[in-house]
Amino acid sequence: MQVNEHKPLIVAFCCNWCSYAGADLAGNNRLAYPADVKIIRVPCSCRVNPMFVLRAFQRGADGVIICGCHPGDCHYTSGNYFTRRRMALLFSMLDYLGIEKERTRVEWVSAAEGAKFAATMNDFAEKVASLGENKRLEDLRCKK
Amino acid sequence: MSNKNEYLRDEIIRISGVNPKKCMRCGKCSGTCPAYDEMEYHPHQFVYMVETGDIEPLLNSQSLYKCLSCFACVDRCPRGVEPAKVVEAVRLMAIRKQGANHMTANDVPEKLDDDMPQQAIVSAFRKYTK
Amino acid sequence: MQRIGVFVCWCGSNIAGTVDVHAVAEALKLEPGVVFSIDYQYMCSQAGQNIIKEAIAEHKLTGIVVCSCSPRMHEATFRKTAQAAGINPYMVEIANIREQCSWVHKEMPIGTEKAIILGKAAIAKVNLNAPLTPGESPVTKRALVIGGGIAGIQTALDIADAGFEVDIVEKKPTIGGKMAQIDKTFPTLDCAACILTPKMVDVAQNEKIRIFSYSEVTQVKGFVGNFDVTIKKNARYVKEDLCTGCGACVEKCPQKKVPNEFNLGMDNRRAIYIPFAQAVPKVATIDPNACNMLKNGKCGVCSKVCAAGAIDYTQKDEFIEEKYGAIVVATGFNPISMDKFDEFAYSQSKDVITSLEFERLTNAAGPTAGKLLRPSDGKHPHTIVFVQCVGSRCSSCAEKGKEYCSKICCMYTAKHAMLTRDKYPDTEVYVFYIDVRTPGKSFDEFQRRAVEEYGVHYIKGMVGKVAPEGDKLMVHASDMLANKQLHIEADLVVLAAAIEPDKSARPLATMLTASMDTNDFFTEAHPKLRPVESPTAGVFLSGACQGPKDIPETVSQASAAAAKVIGLLAKDKLTGNPCIAHSDEMMCNGCSSCERVCPYGAITYQDKEFRMPNRTTAIRRVASVNPAVCQGCGACTVACPSGAMDLRGFATKQIIAEVDAICK
Repeated sequence: MQVNEHKPLIVAFCCNWCSYAGADLAGNNRLAYPADVKIIRVPCSCRVNPMFVLRAFQRGADGVIICGCHPGDCHYTSGNYFTRRRMALLFSMLDYLGIEKERTRVEWVSAAEGAKFAATMNDFAEKVASLGENKRLEDLRCKK
Repeated sequence: MSNKNEYLRDEIIRISGVNPKKCMRCGKCSGTCPAYDEMEYHPHQFVYMVETGDIEPLLNSQSLYKCLSCFACVDRCPRGVEPAKVVEAVRLMAIRKQGANHMTANDVPEKLDDDMPQQAIVSAFRKYTK
Repeated sequence: MQRIGVFVCWCGSNIAGTVDVHAVAEALKLEPGVVFSIDYQYMCSQAGQNIIKEAIAEHKLTGIVVCSCSPRMHEATFRKTAQAAGINPYMVEIANIREQCSWVHKEMPIGTEKAIILGKAAIAKVNLNAPLTPGESPVTKRALVIGGGIAGIQTALDIADAGFEVDIVEKKPTIGGKMAQIDKTFPTLDCAACILTPKMVDVAQNEKIRIFSYSEVTQVKGFVGNFDVTIKKNARYVKEDLCTGCGACVEKCPQKKVPNEFNLGMDNRRAIYIPFAQAVPKVATIDPNACNMLKNGKCGVCSKVCAAGAIDYTQKDEFIEEKYGAIVVATGFNPISMDKFDEFAYSQSKDVITSLEFERLTNAAGPTAGKLLRPSDGKHPHTIVFVQCVGSRCSSCAEKGKEYCSKICCMYTAKHAMLTRDKYPDTEVYVFYIDVRTPGKSFDEFQRRAVEEYGVHYIKGMVGKVAPEGDKLMVHASDMLANKQLHIEADLVVLAAAIEPDKSARPLATMLTASMDTNDFFTEAHPKLRPVESPTAGVFLSGACQGPKDIPETVSQASAAAAKVIGLLAKDKLTGNPCIAHSDEMMCNGCSSCERVCPYGAITYQDKEFRMPNRTTAIRRVASVNPAVCQGCGACTVACPSGAMDLRGFATKQIIAEVDAICK
C-alpha cells in the first residue's frame, strides 16, 4: 500500500499582489488546506518561467499550481494574460509527456478570496493525491 | 412556483433562446409595439411573466395571436432581450398543446384577400403551420 | 558564501502553538551558509530586533532569514533592522510560517515539517541574494495637464497654488470645456458660467500656469519625474501676444455661415471667431476650413481691421518640446452620436435635440439668447418630452450605445424639467425614466422637488419611437406602472445621450502607456485605494476621462490628482524599487521579445560596441532597462529566449533554488 502512504508535494507560485495576499487571508481566517502545498512568492504570475515548473517536476513535485490576479486586475496591467497563454502551451506539452493535466493548474485568486484560495488548494491537493506519485519527469539522479 | 410552470418556463427559454433575466424593465418594447392596444399582455409583460414562470395566463390569452412579429421590439431593445421571440415561443407552446391543427394547403386560398400584404401571409404561415 | 542568521519567531502561541519553533531553529542550523540560529517569542518587538542586530554584529552575518508572519506584514520592519545594523536591507528574506503554515495546519509534526521546508527555501534564496540599491532619478518640477475643462483647470490651479509650474494643453481655442457650455448646475441651480469663469480668469492670471490652447500633445517620452513631451501648437493665424480680443475682426468677417460648434451647430459663427465672451485666452482664431483668405487668398478683411496687427496668414503649426515631472490626464467626455438611434428621429427632425443642445437653448449666451424656442420654427414649445438612458445601459448594441450608466443624466434631466416648468409654467413636461438614480448630496431631494413642486410628469417607461407628424412629434411610449401605451404629441423631444470619453483619449493613452478599459475610460491604479493615479507611474487622472462624473465629483478628483502631483513634485529625487529587471548585455541578442511584453515601455535598445575575439570589435543591438520605469513584474525575464533578462530580488537562480529546496 505504498501509493496511499505517498505524501504528494505541491509547489504553488503565488503573485505578490493578489494570490499571496489571498493565501495570507486564508491563514488569517484559519482556513485549512493540506501542508503538502508549499508557496513560492513571485512578483507577478508572469514571472513564473516554464522552466520553474519543469524543474519542480524534475525534482519530484507531484503538482504545480500558479495563482495570479484575475484577468484585468493584474497589478502590472497585463502580466496574467502572458501567464495564461504560456501555461496553456506548457501544460499541453506536459500532458503530451505524460504529466496529467490534473497535476498542473492556473487559478485566479484575488487578495480578497481567502476562501477561494483554501478551496482551490484543497481541491487541487486532492486531485493530485488521487493521481499518486509523479514519476514521469522525475530525475532519478536527484534521489540519493 | 409549481413544477409545471418551471417546465414551461424552461421550455420557452430553450425554444426562444432568450434570457429574460437580461431585461432591465425599461418598457421600450411596449413603447414601440404597434399592436399594443390589441394585446391583453404586452411585450414587456411576456418577458417578465416568463421570467417569473407565470405562463398559464399567457397561454390562454389572445395576445399571443395579436403580435405581428414585426420585430420592432427586438430591434430596439437596449439589452438584446428579443421579446418577440418570447411571444413566438409561448405561441408554439400553445400550439403544441392543442395538437394537430395544421393548416392544409387547400385551406389557404379562401383565407387570402387582395389587400393582405405578403409579409402578413408569411407571418400567418409561421404562426399557424407549426 | 553568505553568513546567514536564522531567526524563528514564536509570535506568542500563533506560531509556537502548531510549530515546534525550537526544532525549526535547530534543523535550519544545519543548512549550508547558516552560522547562527535562534528562536524568540516576538521577533518584531524591540527586543527581538535587538537580537537580530546583535547577532549581525557578533557573527558578521551577511544574510538574514526570519521565519515569522507574512512578508506583507513585517518585511519592511526587518529590512529596516538589517539596515540599522549595517547590512543591505535586501539581504533579508522572510519565511512565512504563520499565515501559510501554523494558521492553516493543525498538527504539530506537520506544521513543524513544513516550517522547516519553508525556512530552507528562504535560506536557499538568501544564499543567492545580492545587495540592492534603489536607483534614484531627479524630478522635473513642472506638471502637464492635458485638457482644460473644469477638471484640468482645478488640477492646474491646485498644483500652481503649491508653487509648482503647470502647463495646460487644450485642443480647443479656449479652456472651459463642457462646463462652459452648461447653463445651470444641479442641485443648487447656480449658473455654470458664474462659477467657472472666475476660475478661468485665475488660470489666465496665475504666473505659474501657462495655457497652450488650440494645441495637442503629439509625443510623450520618458518616465515618472522626467517626461519629454512634444506639444503641437496649431496655427490659429492670429498672434496670441498681440491680439487683444477686441472682436473687431469677428464683426467684419464676411464669412458668416460657419456652424458654431460652441452652440453645437444651432447657430453660425464667422471664419474668424472667439468661441464665447469669457474665453481664456481671449484671442481670435481663424478657421482654416472656412476662411476665404486662407483657402483662395481672396479677402484679408480681418488683417485690415485689426489695429494690433495680430493677424498672420502665414502662421505655421509650431512644435514645442518641454520637460515635465508629472502628467495629469483630464481629457473629459462627449455625448455619443445620436445618428444610430433612428427610432428617436434625431436626424429627421430639428426638434429632437440632445440634452447638451438643450443647455445651449436655455443659456442666455446661446443661439436663442436664453429663450426656449424650437430649433425648427422658433416657436415656444408647449409639450416637451425628455427621454432618459438614450444609449446608456445598452448592452445589446455595442456599435450604438454604451453598456454603463452615464450617471449624470438623471440629475440634469431633472434640472432641465424643473427649470422649464419654472420659466414656462404653461409647458407640459414629461420625463421617461427606467430608473431614477440620484445618489449624491441633495440629489434625491432635488429630483423630488421637480415632481412635487414643479409638477413634472415622471413616467416609468421608455419611449419606443418618435415620429415627426407635421410640425409635431408623435411620441410612442409605454407607461409601465399604468400598463398603458402612451401617444404624446410633443413639440420638443430631448434625448439624454450617453456620454463617452473624448476621442483623443485612446491615442493619448498609447502615448502615455496608460491603460484603458473597453469603454476607453482610463484605468486607475487601484479601483478603491488609488483612484486618481494611472498604473503608469507619474500619470494621474482627473475628471470624466476616468469614468462618468458630475461637476462636484470631477472637482474633487481634480484636487486629489493635484495633491498626488504635488506629492511627487515636492521630492527632489525619486527612489525606485530595486527589484527590477536587468539585461546581461553579453547574452542579449537584441530580439525585442522583452520590449514587446513590457507593459511600461521600460525597455529600449542601444547599439553598443563589444570586444570580439582577435582584437576586433562589433556593434550589437542590446536591450537596456530603464530603472525608473521598470516596475519589476518579470514578464520580460520569461519572454527572453536567451536568458539575458533577469529580475533583481526574484532572480531565476533564486526561484529555482527555492523550488529545489522545497522539492528536496
